[in-house]
Amino acid sequence: MSSDRRAQSSDVLRPKNVGAPIKRTEDPRLLTGNGEYTADRKPDRPLHLAFLRSGQPHARIARINAEAARLAPGVMAVLTAEDIADDFKPVIPFSRIPNYYATPIMPLASKKVRYVGEPVVAVVATSRYLAEDALELIEVGYDPLGAIARAEMAVADDAPLLHEEAGSNILIAREFKKGDVAADLKAAAVRVSGRFEMTRKAPLAMEPRSYTAEYESRRDAVTLYTSSNIPGIVRDAISESLSLPGHRLRVVAPDVGGSFGSKGSLYPEELFICIAARKLRRSIKWTADRLEDVSSSSQAFAEIVDAEMGFDANGVATSLQADVLGDVGAFSIYPWTCGLEPVQVVSFLPGPYKIGSYRGAVRGVATCKPPTGPYRGVGRPISTFVAERLMDLGAKALGIDPLEIRRRNLVRPDEFPYRIASGIIWDKTGFIECLNAAAETAGYEQLRKEQAEARKQGRLFGIGIASYAELTGIGSRIAVAPGMPINTGSETAKITIDSTGAITAAFGVASHGQGLETTLAQIVADDLGTRFEDVRVIQGDSDEVPMSTGTYASRSAVLGGGAAKHASKILQEKIKRVASHLLEANADDIEVAEGKAIVLGTDRAVSFRQIAKAVYSDMKTLPVEAREELTATYTYDPINGTTAAATHIAAVEIDPATCFVKILKFVVAEDCGRIINPMIVDGQVHGGVAQGIGAALFEELIYDDDGQLLSASLVDYVIPSAPEVPLMDVIHVESESAVAGGFRGMGEGGTIGAPAAIANAIADALSPLDIDVSILPMTPERIFKLMEQAKLNQEEKADE
Amino acid sequence: MTDISVTVNGKRYDVSDVEPRLLLSDLLRDTLGFTGTHVGCEHGVCGACTVLVNGDSARSCLMLAVQANGAEIVTVEGLGSPEQLNVLQSQFREHHGLQCGFCTPGMLMTGEDMLRKYPLATDEDIREGLSGNLCRCTGYQNIVAAIRSAAALRSEKKP
Repeated sequence: MSSDRRAQSSDVLRPKNVGAPIKRTEDPRLLTGNGEYTADRKPDRPLHLAFLRSGQPHARIARINAEAARLAPGVMAVLTAEDIADDFKPVIPFSRIPNYYATPIMPLASKKVRYVGEPVVAVVATSRYLAEDALELIEVGYDPLGAIARAEMAVADDAPLLHEEAGSNILIAREFKKGDVAADLKAAAVRVSGRFEMTRKAPLAMEPRSYTAEYESRRDAVTLYTSSNIPGIVRDAISESLSLPGHRLRVVAPDVGGSFGSKGSLYPEELFICIAARKLRRSIKWTADRLEDVSSSSQAFAEIVDAEMGFDANGVATSLQADVLGDVGAFSIYPWTCGLEPVQVVSFLPGPYKIGSYRGAVRGVATCKPPTGPYRGVGRPISTFVAERLMDLGAKALGIDPLEIRRRNLVRPDEFPYRIASGIIWDKTGFIECLNAAAETAGYEQLRKEQAEARKQGRLFGIGIASYAELTGIGSRIAVAPGMPINTGSETAKITIDSTGAITAAFGVASHGQGLETTLAQIVADDLGTRFEDVRVIQGDSDEVPMSTGTYASRSAVLGGGAAKHASKILQEKIKRVASHLLEANADDIEVAEGKAIVLGTDRAVSFRQIAKAVYSDMKTLPVEAREELTATYTYDPINGTTAAATHIAAVEIDPATCFVKILKFVVAEDCGRIINPMIVDGQVHGGVAQGIGAALFEELIYDDDGQLLSASLVDYVIPSAPEVPLMDVIHVESESAVAGGFRGMGEGGTIGAPAAIANAIADALSPLDIDVSILPMTPERIFKLMEQAKLNQEEKADE
Repeated sequence: MTDISVTVNGKRYDVSDVEPRLLLSDLLRDTLGFTGTHVGCEHGVCGACTVLVNGDSARSCLMLAVQANGAEIVTVEGLGSPEQLNVLQSQFREHHGLQCGFCTPGMLMTGEDMLRKYPLATDEDIREGLSGNLCRCTGYQNIVAAIRSAAALRSEKKP
């Protein structure tokens, strides 16, 4: 736009950036090796850390002999729990809910170990090579206390106790109830049930966890660079634990190489590195190797669900009950608690459906494994898997098409807001619209015809549908994790125009691949009235905003975006007031666009640079009282939050010879409200679906009965590579939400819907053999066994 | 301890007292400061550390630094700059072929190798070529699109 063109009010009011597939600001640095991840930091003469980890699942630490290690070349310190006992307070993942025991977070195992991989002794040396050499010289004597490798073993009468103080291996128990489920099930025309299992997974971000503690001796201060997605929570927790005020503990999440939840809790190593940096008064670096990352980062899912659903004769689901046994691992995580994952399974189990009565009971039990924690979708991949399998079993029993039975049960547009049987309230969202759009795009009718043809040829071809809803952008009225006392309901934006006219927007949210630098700048550019490329976004730095938590639970577009909108408007009003002096016009007649304040209907304009000069430098132009600092801070709280929903449809074919599942088609129709950047939204869906495919077909952390992890390498823990992931079709049903900007959170949904859709497609493909799908992943080995069993069953039938 | 000489992105580096066990990835990152090469697994599966050694893609976590003595190495820093992305880098940006960016240097180096050596006639060929590089963010769809587009631009350039 030429500078002398007269601005029309319609020009300046129209959003230019929000809604556009703007290329990412992050990309030029990340594509050229100029990004800076935590391991790339180069503090002055850093020391390096290596951990000796427990090889025992559950044992008393009888003795530690580290004398030889202390004398090894390059070693600066060897530290055990005893050596650091006076340097910190344990961090307690507190929750107000009853029937919960909060296990403390300790930087190193004290007195006993509770899983293979738990850090026991730390070596600090001049290089990682020398630190790892010294680990070999440490002797730890253990008295075994008996492994608890399975959730069922933890609740057995004679099970050893992992935490004696808890008095039980059940760390959390909860029940949700509405209506008379027993009576409704009894009255149901059809009842379907099963025992479903989602095995343990690794979130597996490509960047392993990494921490660099940079020590500043002149004021005994630490800057922790961390691969965390919750730098604000980490700052507050370590500050409390080390009695170090926030202005002497800065926590920064620089470029972060993915998290998916695995970097979304406070870790023992994160706490330890700060303790060690202060103790040694040196900067220290640590990055997990892949074995450490897989065997000590928070893990995912691991639930067994016994569930039953009742339908009336028309296929309307009337009742649902479920008992969930969650294998939460050895500790409760901070701050989310061990309740996060399993409790969410029961709170979301009714999903987007109008089920009248419900009983959902959950127990989270301690086992000798790393803790479970957040993983993309949290609880909902399993709750959706279970509910969608039951929906399909009901459809089969009643002879109703799977698409039709969902139409009969989804909350309809005129029924919002709708409180489901577990108590969650869905605001107006396109449930039915997503179902219809997915069916149309997938060519559902045509797919059924193709299936009929395929079956005639004896091919195993199946179609699966999954619909789900999730709560995103959660405000202060709802705790992200049950009973958790910290505030997760607000986020702050601080936008400043400095004396050069440059715009900096600072946030506490922390991108780990979602492109928030780009999307938040899009919002600021539109709402402040400037060019996208002139906005610098800072995020994930505890020094930039007084309080923040970080990025998790699909909140950053809603909370960060809402804060950006409000702060932009406040700053724009300041700009208008200054401009009204400079342009001798009424502030109401001034519009702000493209980094300029313009008197409407004229060519009179001043740039942000001129405005900044008038406010900060030129002491003649403005009266003193008009020199308002060009900065605005706003903390946004959406109070409740907003719903996001989608329907996924998968078509698969199973090769009877290899038992390998090939995904022929994958369609997602989703409602994430007003879209900020469609390119980024599609990318989030693609990635989420790929992780869902991993959960459905490949990924499984296998522990043996002695609590040893058998799939700890990327050869054994298989995540999808390019040939296994199909081309995905993503369509958007954009219904604006009620929060600021009309956004909805959408980063997790792909992983929620895909496992259920694929499970249903596999069950559909195998239905001629009368095979049910009740455990994920459906690896070729599992499919082979099911098919062999089905053959035996048929032979037995034939014999009868 | 050995003295070695390696050429990285066209510039020669003489490094003395290299321990035989030092990984090439650590030499590049820690000794020479090329932190664009990322280490994702240290057992040769994820491909994030892929660099070009004498023109062929190789995993720098599976090579010892001393094995690179005399070699010509290209890392992601040698492809283009933030101001002047090369063809493949610009197609990654155009098609949103990266999210967190951690696997990206490895994807780019493998992609460069594939583009130089193979016709890449179909998406299946591209996916097959990428099967040794893991990405957890993108679901690969946009990476495939970026390489397909770079391949098309490459054919246009050829007479």
